[in-house]
Amino acid sequence: MYKTKVRGVIIEGNKSYGQITRDILAPIDGKTPRWWFITMGIGTLMMLAGMVAIVNTIATGIGTWGLNNSVAWGWGIINFVWWIGIGHAGTAFSIFLLILRQKWRTSINRAAEAMTVFAVICAGLFPALHMGRIWLAFFIFPYPNTRGPLWVNFNSPLFWDVVAISTYFMASATFWYIGMLPDLATIRDKATNKVKKAIYGFFAFGWVGKATSWLRFETTVLILGGLAAPLVIAVHSIVSMDFATSVMAGWHTTVFPPYFVVGAIFSGFAMVLTLMIIIRKVYKYQDYVTDGHLDAIARILTFISLIMGTAYATEIFIAWYSAMEGEMYTFFHNRIAGDHTAAFWTMVTCNVFFPQLFWFKKIRSNIWAVFVISIIINIGMWFERYVIIITSLTKDYLPANWAPYAPSITEVGIFVGTLGIFVIGVLLFLRFVPMMAMSELKGVLKDTMPAKKKAGKTPDDPENKTL
Amino acid sequence: MKKYWKSLEEHQEIKNKGTLDKKAEPEFSIDGLSQEEVKGKASRRDFLKMLGFTIGYASLASSCEMPVRKAIPFLNKPEEVTPGEANYYASTYFDGKDYCSVLVKVREGRPIKIEGNTLSPITQGGTSARVQASVLNLYDTTRLQNPFENANESDWDSIDGKIKKQLQEISSANGKIVLLSSSIISPTTKKLIGEFQDKYPATEWITYDAISASAMLEANEQSFGKAVIPDYKFQNANVIVSFNADFLGTWLSPIEYAKAYARKRNLEDSKEMSKHYQVESYMSLTGSNADNRYKIRPSQEQEVLMALYNELAAATGVQTYELIASPVDVEPIAKDLLKNKGKTLVVCGSNSLKSQLIVNSINHLLGNYGQTIDMNNPLQTIQGMDKRMYDLVDRMNRGEIAGLITYNTNPAYTYPEADKFVQGLQKVSLKISLADIEDETARHMQFICPDNNYLESWNDAEPKPGHYSLGQPTIQKLFNTRQAQESLMKWAGIEGDYYLYMKDHWESDIFPKQDQYSTFEKFWVQSLHDGVFALRQDEAAQPKFNKPDLKPDNQPKGNGIELLLYETVAMGEGRNANNPWLQELPDPISKVTWDNYANVSPKYAEENDLKNEDLISIQKDLILPVLIQPGHDDHTVSIPLGYGRTSGGRVADGIGKNVFGFIRNIAGNMAYSGNNIEIKATGEKYPLALTQSHHTMEGRPIVRETTLKHWQQDPDSGNELHDKVEKQHVSLYNTPSFPNFHWGLAINLNSCIGCGACEIACQAENNVAVIGKEEVRKRRIMHWIRIDRYYSEDSDNPEVFHQPVMCQQCDNAPCENVCPVAATPHSNEGLNMMAYNRCIGTRYCMNNCPYRVRRFNWFEYANNAKFPYNMDNGLGKMVLNPDVTVRSRGVVEKCSFCSQRIQDKKLKAKKEGRMVKDGDIKVACEQACPTEAIVFGNLNDKKSRVSKAFANPRNYHLLEELHTLPSVGYLTKVRNKKSIDAEVKHESGKHE
Repeated sequence: MYKTKVRGVIIEGNKSYGQITRDILAPIDGKTPRWWFITMGIGTLMMLAGMVAIVNTIATGIGTWGLNNSVAWGWGIINFVWWIGIGHAGTAFSIFLLILRQKWRTSINRAAEAMTVFAVICAGLFPALHMGRIWLAFFIFPYPNTRGPLWVNFNSPLFWDVVAISTYFMASATFWYIGMLPDLATIRDKATNKVKKAIYGFFAFGWVGKATSWLRFETTVLILGGLAAPLVIAVHSIVSMDFATSVMAGWHTTVFPPYFVVGAIFSGFAMVLTLMIIIRKVYKYQDYVTDGHLDAIARILTFISLIMGTAYATEIFIAWYSAMEGEMYTFFHNRIAGDHTAAFWTMVTCNVFFPQLFWFKKIRSNIWAVFVISIIINIGMWFERYVIIITSLTKDYLPANWAPYAPSITEVGIFVGTLGIFVIGVLLFLRFVPMMAMSELKGVLKDTMPAKKKAGKTPDDPENKTL
Repeated sequence: MKKYWKSLEEHQEIKNKGTLDKKAEPEFSIDGLSQEEVKGKASRRDFLKMLGFTIGYASLASSCEMPVRKAIPFLNKPEEVTPGEANYYASTYFDGKDYCSVLVKVREGRPIKIEGNTLSPITQGGTSARVQASVLNLYDTTRLQNPFENANESDWDSIDGKIKKQLQEISSANGKIVLLSSSIISPTTKKLIGEFQDKYPATEWITYDAISASAMLEANEQSFGKAVIPDYKFQNANVIVSFNADFLGTWLSPIEYAKAYARKRNLEDSKEMSKHYQVESYMSLTGSNADNRYKIRPSQEQEVLMALYNELAAATGVQTYELIASPVDVEPIAKDLLKNKGKTLVVCGSNSLKSQLIVNSINHLLGNYGQTIDMNNPLQTIQGMDKRMYDLVDRMNRGEIAGLITYNTNPAYTYPEADKFVQGLQKVSLKISLADIEDETARHMQFICPDNNYLESWNDAEPKPGHYSLGQPTIQKLFNTRQAQESLMKWAGIEGDYYLYMKDHWESDIFPKQDQYSTFEKFWVQSLHDGVFALRQDEAAQPKFNKPDLKPDNQPKGNGIELLLYETVAMGEGRNANNPWLQELPDPISKVTWDNYANVSPKYAEENDLKNEDLISIQKDLILPVLIQPGHDDHTVSIPLGYGRTSGGRVADGIGKNVFGFIRNIAGNMAYSGNNIEIKATGEKYPLALTQSHHTMEGRPIVRETTLKHWQQDPDSGNELHDKVEKQHVSLYNTPSFPNFHWGLAINLNSCIGCGACEIACQAENNVAVIGKEEVRKRRIMHWIRIDRYYSEDSDNPEVFHQPVMCQQCDNAPCENVCPVAATPHSNEGLNMMAYNRCIGTRYCMNNCPYRVRRFNWFEYANNAKFPYNMDNGLGKMVLNPDVTVRSRGVVEKCSFCSQRIQDKKLKAKKEGRMVKDGDIKVACEQACPTEAIVFGNLNDKKSRVSKAFANPRNYHLLEELHTLPSVGYLTKVRNKKSIDAEVKHESGKHE
């Protein structure tokens, strides 16, 4: 299916097929490095902190959080939306670029999809944990029951949230896993250890690389991708409905679905950027994740950031245009100015102004600058959710109800815990799963070889026979 | 083995194969199964496995201890008790200060709710927060369960023996015995005390009121020769001028006054309303309702009063006095008063003889006696003369008192020089307390003979002459306590119980005075049933007025900061400090719970760089947090009384600071103010738990207001927005229809005074949890009805608005469509319902409720030692209403329009084969309201009171522009002041 010519070099270093296999499998075959254990330790500690917070929440009650009668959602929902946003990276990245036939995605999509899966796991924790009675969470599933039967409220976006997130999680995980099959088979074939062979063999689903298998494989991936693409849009649109269908000023906004989807892709891409810069540095994958890759992502981010800016401006304009008391107050006295000014301007600066630095090639090609800005974007996106949720709830229609909000240590603990889960997930991924799609890399290798080197060393080298 | 066959086919088969064992191919693979399993038999191993499991599981299941719940059926069912049906008994609440005729709701033998008695001509069905909360005092774990002697539990016989012996010894030695009590209005108790005095002639009865009106008694003695508190008739007053008298919240008889005041101001049937001027130092509940309010220092009161007197005297041609310039321009007040001569009322709340004398003179000048003030029908609920108390403590310290019996009073806490009182106690040989808890005074007593709760006792009351009121027990005594009167009877050697004693007294004393009933039994039964009985009153001429000399005395004037002590709506003199409902009732003005504090004005705070919650020291030894109170006088610090109990019970102790010590003795009267107060910031902070922290409406049309003049010209005035919004209601959806009932609630903002009675009534009716200071501070209060209080922009002397907000039962409810599990659907009677057992606690509904009336159970509030209020112990839980679920952790709750009451009355109507009539169903807040501000009914019935209110041009809905279609309507607030435009012009003129 990879018939179109791509611009530029995707894999540098004049690799052979065998070289790619060796490079990508090096972390799996080699000894576990020390930093891995240290990071794993930190991640585990964070997760344990989260566990303590979760146990505290479930055993004692939501009262352990900083919420109150007026602000009934806080960090729980902020972090839920934030993680879901990050979780858009993988699928958006691989699927949109797959459909658009952007071949430079091949070295990044696997990691991005892995991130998606872990981020969605983290995100999925929050809606469950923030329930007052988590032990009755199954009430939210529409299944025939003896209570009437009593059905869920199909009008509620919260119900569709559950549907969308679980569908999205399953679709992403399946997409990720299916795409991994040829690579798992490669590991199986190369494994010398019996146990390893058996495990990877099991997960490889008996892949032997027959031409028909490849045909089916590529069709499946494309179909799954096609199915998942609308999901990406649906998930965050539905998440945005949680707010848009309400009557609260600052929430009741029709621009929310596209605004949220774009925002999600924005934060997802930023997270991919952060992670890929680390991976390419740690595993010395500069040949695969080239400066060109980073440059491309940075350009996309610049563009999305402009959309974000437009969305913010639209919201503010409509608030003014509507001349509605509550909306005006929320935007002009509680965001642009007021108690939450800092959060609002952090959001704008991080999401709209900083990415504009990518207009300069010098900054785009400075890895450190790109890395820092990618992190800034995710901080900005966190504040975006904070601004939306907290400003509208703390100062709503009746001033008598205005109440401040600050997270409790338990809420912070749960957030730290999800960060830990994410770190652990990524580390396990780095250690046990080929972090780049070898088969796809090999697929684009020939077309993108630097022209002059092609003559010297081709992928058909004898040494590749071992593959 | 022989083979038998049943059919020929079978026979053939047996013949062919020789066996019947042939089986079909097994459906599943039998690889790995043992021989026995293939045959379908259990192996020895399987047998042992099953045996082990069975025994293990059986022992596990049986070893889990199940609590034994005893349910003992009635052997003989009491005639009146039907499980599931409430009985109501008329009774009387009197705590030594507040009087209220009540109905006690009893379910399955337990009193669970107090309602006002509509038959009472005094309280007329009104209640207050304290009255509503009093039922919880019955189930207080702090109550003593046995008599005590020297802090050891004892029994009645031995205690009685010792007390009698000592009383006789003192009597025979000609020693002095003092019965110290708060005001007693029970005619039978008074008679009993008389008999006690007959038995022990050396007994002196002294009445001591911690919050006293003795100056008023004294003034009336001078002016009229009668040491009484007159009957004030606010319903007859066109102009009311109040000087530091919080007559709607705490002063004398607030329920009665509030009712009369609101009737004159509700603008429902009349086009006129009274005009209310308030001159005061702190922002009182009454001041917040005033049409025009002036702030003065406590020491300036007499200057203003004198100025007013002079103005009136000059106009009526009576002698005037020379005076110091008044800080308030009294001309407009005087004009209004003179215009309405004989239909005005001037009252003063301070305990100063001079002030009261001036007020008497003013009222006399205006001809108010016999019109708005009746000297012949005095209020008897406050009788204490402070001089006698001061005198008593001196005598105690001189060792002149041999025996002291305290009844319903707690001087070791409330007396200004409590230490001196306690020292004096050391010199008293016989010390008896009749308190029901081991309070600050009882701690020092030799004997504590715990009194019954009023709900366990027989009693009577005579709040005004000829107005009788009966109290009857509604539950068997919970503990080994004894009614105080019975104790006195025992000691005086009177046989029988107090019930018979009282009945006898009624037969011999009260029955002959009436002419309505022919037999005593009829009279008694009817009075007991009604709870009240009023003798016919004859019109009598008002006593002659003796003109006092009002020459101003040259009081030393301090320029420093002045202090004012006041009583709050919830706490009073601290008697209710152990009642968690009242501790958690937000103060109607400050909205603070669980604490007292020092009120200062915004200007004072700015000048002294003070912020809310800053700790200040007052006269060095008292340290209190600051609360910046708009409308407060700039040179005054005011502090609520009733806090800082040290032996008040597990809820009361350690909350706030006791400030009774600041009371000064001025000419034998307790003055609740002070001069030249030294205040210093300590630089520390102390958290206060407020339920509302933003105080203005931000210009939003939340409470819509107008002035009387504008309203008279245009009844739509102030409410123009309503018609505009009504026209804009467009929907794609069908308008909801409610075939039979459509419940609605109308709130008249002109009647509502913000007193908070509804909040406690709702709490009692609906089992609303108490959550404690920390949680209130986190803004998680559970009240289903709250009263929002807003200030108008001018923080110096703002106008105050009270707005009760409960679930608005929207017909287009935002909360309903967002609940993922459909736990909050709409009923076909227009109710927004809440299914607790379906709720999973996503709190989405709370976020989407623009009124923020939904409450979440952040913790398990019942049966949780972390919330040691009333739902953590068996006794406290007896107050719970069995008709209402106690919500568990993790579910959302909210006002249900008292659906249990609706259901109850609907069933009753059904049984009687009729429709529910308007007024049949009264929701808890409506029933408790002393001012009839809340009306509940069927909106489908166009003749119902609520429909009429909805049709009133004053009616609007809160946030109606959101198209939530609420079933609660508000009637605009109308103030009887100069026009708003004039006011605005005046204001802006001032600023230029």
